Amino acid sequence: MVRFFSALGAPLIAFVQYLGELVLLAADTFRSVFTHKLRWKLFLNQVVEIGLLSQLVVIITGAFTGAVFSAQTFFQFNKLGMGSAVGAVVSVSLCRELAPVLTALMVAGRVGAAMSAEIGTMKVTEQIDALRALAVYPVDYLVVPRVLAMMVSMPLLVAECIAVGIAAGYLVAIFMLDINGTYYMANMVRWTRSRDIIMGLSKAFCFGILIVFISCQKGLATREGAVGVGRATTEAVVNASLAVLICNFFLTMMFNIIYPAGYQ
Amino acid sequence: MIEAPPSPKTSPGSPLVSDNSSPMIAVRSLQKKIGQQEILRGVDLQIRSGETLAIIGRSGGGKSVLLKHMVGLMEPDSGEIWIQGQNIIGLKERQLGAIRKKVGILFQGGALFDSMTVEDNIAFPLREAGERDRKALRSKVSEMLEVMEMEGQEDKMPESLSGGMKKRVGLARAIIRRPSCVLYDEPTAGLDPVVADSINRLIRRLQQRFGMTSVVVTHDMKSAFDVADRIAYLHEGRIYFNGTANQLQQSSDPLIQDFLLGRSNGGGA
Repeated sequence: MVRFFSALGAPLIAFVQYLGELVLLAADTFRSVFTHKLRWKLFLNQVVEIGLLSQLVVIITGAFTGAVFSAQTFFQFNKLGMGSAVGAVVSVSLCRELAPVLTALMVAGRVGAAMSAEIGTMKVTEQIDALRALAVYPVDYLVVPRVLAMMVSMPLLVAECIAVGIAAGYLVAIFMLDINGTYYMANMVRWTRSRDIIMGLSKAFCFGILIVFISCQKGLATREGAVGVGRATTEAVVNASLAVLICNFFLTMMFNIIYPAGYQ
Repeated sequence: MIEAPPSPKTSPGSPLVSDNSSPMIAVRSLQKKIGQQEILRGVDLQIRSGETLAIIGRSGGGKSVLLKHMVGLMEPDSGEIWIQGQNIIGLKERQLGAIRKKVGILFQGGALFDSMTVEDNIAFPLREAGERDRKALRSKVSEMLEVMEMEGQEDKMPESLSGGMKKRVGLARAIIRRPSCVLYDEPTAGLDPVVADSINRLIRRLQQRFGMTSVVVTHDMKSAFDVADRIAYLHEGRIYFNGTANQLQQSSDPLIQDFLLGRSNGGGA
């Protein structure tokens, strides 16, 4: 029994310590945002890195998710004679779940990995020590611009993913599945509420924060040379992806309290 | 610790240098353990303003660890480090900023920011200090590159520089804000003898031109003899010898003789 608890204890302590490090990094970052000058050039560079250079990934993700979801929904709904409801289902699903989650997973893979690898390499090559030695606080220089850029970029990327997904779903429905376009649009507009969009964009904001802190923390905690950088990058992507999926469930339940199901 | 003139080991807390001039850096009873290994076991050392001190010792003996403590990059388990009369132990990272403006450090591999050009690397401390005038920045960078004998290399990326050039750029970046003291971590390691000699001359020249206090960590005896006013030998986590190059060479202590002659087995065979 003692052995069981001691075997359980070490990973548990490591996990709690990891969570603590994440919280401390977040606290340090937000303190810095309000008390220190923002490096605008670095911030804009990160907006380009996170937002602009993720365009292709997000557009393809949104387009094919919308297209396949439209087709699958039609195949099932058509049996019930509800083919024209496809637009509403695609739109609400994209806004509430699909676009935020899939975009977050793509961003975790593309941007989160790059962040942890870049910061991790800086750590093992003493560049972060060099920053500190030059009286530059690494959180101010490396983390703050990335966090703010992610906060700005992520909701925009998700909005784009929703729009592209809806457009792709519409094209598939009209040109491949022969659904009446007018009914499709009418149902979509009728059943998609502003709260669905608020929910999606709020989730995007939360996921962006999770991804950026997990990635930066992994980068800053990197040790043991090239192997360490590889490990940090993998762990950053895996942890960020899992955090997004787990957090998504709790956010959905929380939003269900704010906007109860059936509420019009 | 062996003092100059050679004397028996001193007890902790005893005076470290014979004169009373105020030290630039004072290290007192510094101890550091990494994992299970005791790296520093009570280092006592003073570095006077304007002098060049070489810290020699075997690889893995804690020289670089000691150097990093002097600029607050590592926290000791116990002991004190005083920089110009201020104890830096216990200061928070942001509070160390003011100290780090007084003490520059050249890292072993240069630690250049690999996403920036040579010019941006050297200008980095000035930009961070708020200098925005491009002309002024460029002129200061050119001046530093001239001191480093690297004129015209402004637009190169670090990956296209040789080891010696990286160290020069790292040094230019460390001293562009004219710190009172520069710490050198193995400045000649991995360099051919000619380039190593040019780095040694550079350290000497900087000391003469700007009057900077220098601490050079090295296991290259030629470098230590070339640049140092005083040499400290770090052995098993303590300062074992502290004196001039002549006194070191004349020491009959077997450990020092082994180190100077590069004997691996305590003078045997």
